[in-house]
Amino acid sequence: MTYSFPEEVLEHVFSFLTSQNDRNAASLVCRTWYEMERWCRKRIFVGNCYAVNPRVLIRRFPEVKAVELKGKPHFADFNLVPEGWGGFVYPWIVEFARVYPWLEEIRLKRMVVTDECLEIVSKAFRNFKVLILSSCEGFSTDGLAAVAANCRNLRVLDLRECEVEELSGHWLSHFPDSFTSLESLNIACLSLEVSFSALERLVSRSPNLKTLRLNRTVPLEKISKLLQRAPQLADFGTGAYSAEIRPDVYSSLQEAFSGCKKLKSLSGFWDVVPAYLPAVFPVCSQLTYLNLSYATTQSPDLIKVISQCHNLQRLVVLDYIEDMGLDTVAVTCKDLRELVVFPSDPFVADANVLLTEEGLVSVSQGCSKLQSVLYFCRQMSNSALISISKNRPNLTCFRLCILEPRAPDYLTFEPLDVGFGSIVENCKELTRLSMSGLLTDRVFEYIGKHAKKLDMLSVAFAGDSDLGLHHVLSGCESLRKLEIRDCPFGDKALLANASKLLTMRSLWMSSCFVSFGACKLLGQKMPGLNVEVIDERENLNLLPENAPVEKVYIYRTVSGQRLDMPDFVRIMGKDKNGVYNLL
Amino acid sequence: MATEGLGLEITELRLGLPGGGGGGEKKEKKRVFFDILGGDDGGGGDGKNGNTGVAVGWPPVCSYRKRAIIKMYVKVSMDGAPFLRKIDMSGFKGYSDFVRALENLFGLGDECEYTPIYEDEDGDWMLVGDVPWEMFTETCKRLRMKKRV
Repeated sequence: MTYSFPEEVLEHVFSFLTSQNDRNAASLVCRTWYEMERWCRKRIFVGNCYAVNPRVLIRRFPEVKAVELKGKPHFADFNLVPEGWGGFVYPWIVEFARVYPWLEEIRLKRMVVTDECLEIVSKAFRNFKVLILSSCEGFSTDGLAAVAANCRNLRVLDLRECEVEELSGHWLSHFPDSFTSLESLNIACLSLEVSFSALERLVSRSPNLKTLRLNRTVPLEKISKLLQRAPQLADFGTGAYSAEIRPDVYSSLQEAFSGCKKLKSLSGFWDVVPAYLPAVFPVCSQLTYLNLSYATTQSPDLIKVISQCHNLQRLVVLDYIEDMGLDTVAVTCKDLRELVVFPSDPFVADANVLLTEEGLVSVSQGCSKLQSVLYFCRQMSNSALISISKNRPNLTCFRLCILEPRAPDYLTFEPLDVGFGSIVENCKELTRLSMSGLLTDRVFEYIGKHAKKLDMLSVAFAGDSDLGLHHVLSGCESLRKLEIRDCPFGDKALLANASKLLTMRSLWMSSCFVSFGACKLLGQKMPGLNVEVIDERENLNLLPENAPVEKVYIYRTVSGQRLDMPDFVRIMGKDKNGVYNLL
Repeated sequence: MATEGLGLEITELRLGLPGGGGGGEKKEKKRVFFDILGGDDGGGGDGKNGNTGVAVGWPPVCSYRKRAIIKMYVKVSMDGAPFLRKIDMSGFKGYSDFVRALENLFGLGDECEYTPIYEDEDGDWMLVGDVPWEMFTETCKRLRMKKRV
């Protein structure tokens, strides 16, 4: 005899399930729960837009309010994915417009978004509130103008590192005078000037504005005006932080910052004139996030600011900070969770700054809450890595980029296997790892053995043989994303671990030794995978089966073949007309 | 490291018609300038140059950041000009704005009596426009505006 809860009760219970994983788990319990859950799921996350297709999505989830989609693989950020590969959001937008008139939020990452898409978005969804485009491209300021003009209830317009075709700065003026709902505006990636008076008026009539990230063209002298109009700001990004040194400009800037009692995040700082940096001193102790990664200013000036940021949780900075500056971070920023150090001159072999492995060791010692690291440097040692791992077993994300490929331990000239091995062994909660330097198959053995919670691994110029890849694929139980470039990994490990690939979101391998034949075989044997060979060479059909492909991108999918591939992308092992629908 | 053949393809040039001024980064490899050096019809470069150890997309700094922060000044000479200029390669999104800036640097009009060539990591002089833009910025050591004969 089965008792079942009334539907309303089930729905109410499900409303407390916010994570998609939890909802997926609940859907698997029984038919009733599956049906109940799918009708009340409001937020959808699709980590790979080709893993599923719009029709499948809307068939299962009829009442969606927020969608997040990701397109190109991560290595697209470094130009490894040729232009035209895919990630077109248009078919999704068209379906959403047809079926979800009450859609409120769209978040896209590494997707191609056209002006037409933006126009549809601006007109099809009456209660549209949030548009976040991260590393997207394909649209122009005309598309932005449509969003500004038509989205009456827009709250968030966030363009993070997008490639926008900038036809004019007038788009901002398209926000009507009646538009007052803005909470967050990020235009930092735009290079054209927007009308300052339009910006000022927009800020003045947006009482709920919490985030404002300007672009480089907004002059420093005008910032105080904006800050005065929006003293409630929690997150502010300056424009170019330079001006002629004038006491009146300086004092009004400092006064304006002083008035921002709620300010917690600060960024921008292009072209910094150090004399103006002390203007931010009044807010330093409030800051939890500080991004100085565009500030090409020397260590002493950076230190003056950072030494006052006692509550900092996330710091993004250039290697101008040097080891000395990181010592200051270690002493001052006791609440630090995340450290990012970008290179100021990555294409030059010789060091232009005094930033070494010691800075990172220092921060790992002093900042007990440090969980996430992205660090570019020119030298590393096993002993430093071992120290870091022992100091900070609570690391969850460790990304190290030693600029010179295959650089050994600079003290012993040995590979860095033992160092990275120590990281995965001691940091038991590690979910993301990027490695660099001289690495043999050994390091992969350590990773396969210890990195049980590892979700994402990035590898470049490492390993000796297929054994390396095999260790990772067979050992890393939680692995979902693996990206590899320039490693001597070939067919054997891939084919031996084919079923593992069904448990992962994706695998990227470029400039390795994976052959056409293996890709075809994998594609044939595994209908649940798309094995995409991305190869721009001509006369591909004349190459032998055992010739290595340039790039292969393998991902699980219920959607079958893509229908939007350019000619340099082939899905291997599938019938040309075979479009599988495995649901 | 994958195949030896690729290194050669990068340096082979093709004969072709004058381009329409489009960027060289399109897949069809639209010619920006008239070819000055003949050669066999080579395959399209894949953006990797195994010979010199220069790798596309390494170090992994995204293009947005590269444009914003990294200065990649290279010298530009022009046949007949008494002094050289310098241009920052990181400030451009692609071949079209770059070529326009080159022309402006020397006050050249649309007639284009000059062809831009560049010296790569190997010391070879190459025609501007063949390889993907990012790879070009990473391998270009110096530029020369060569007068067409």
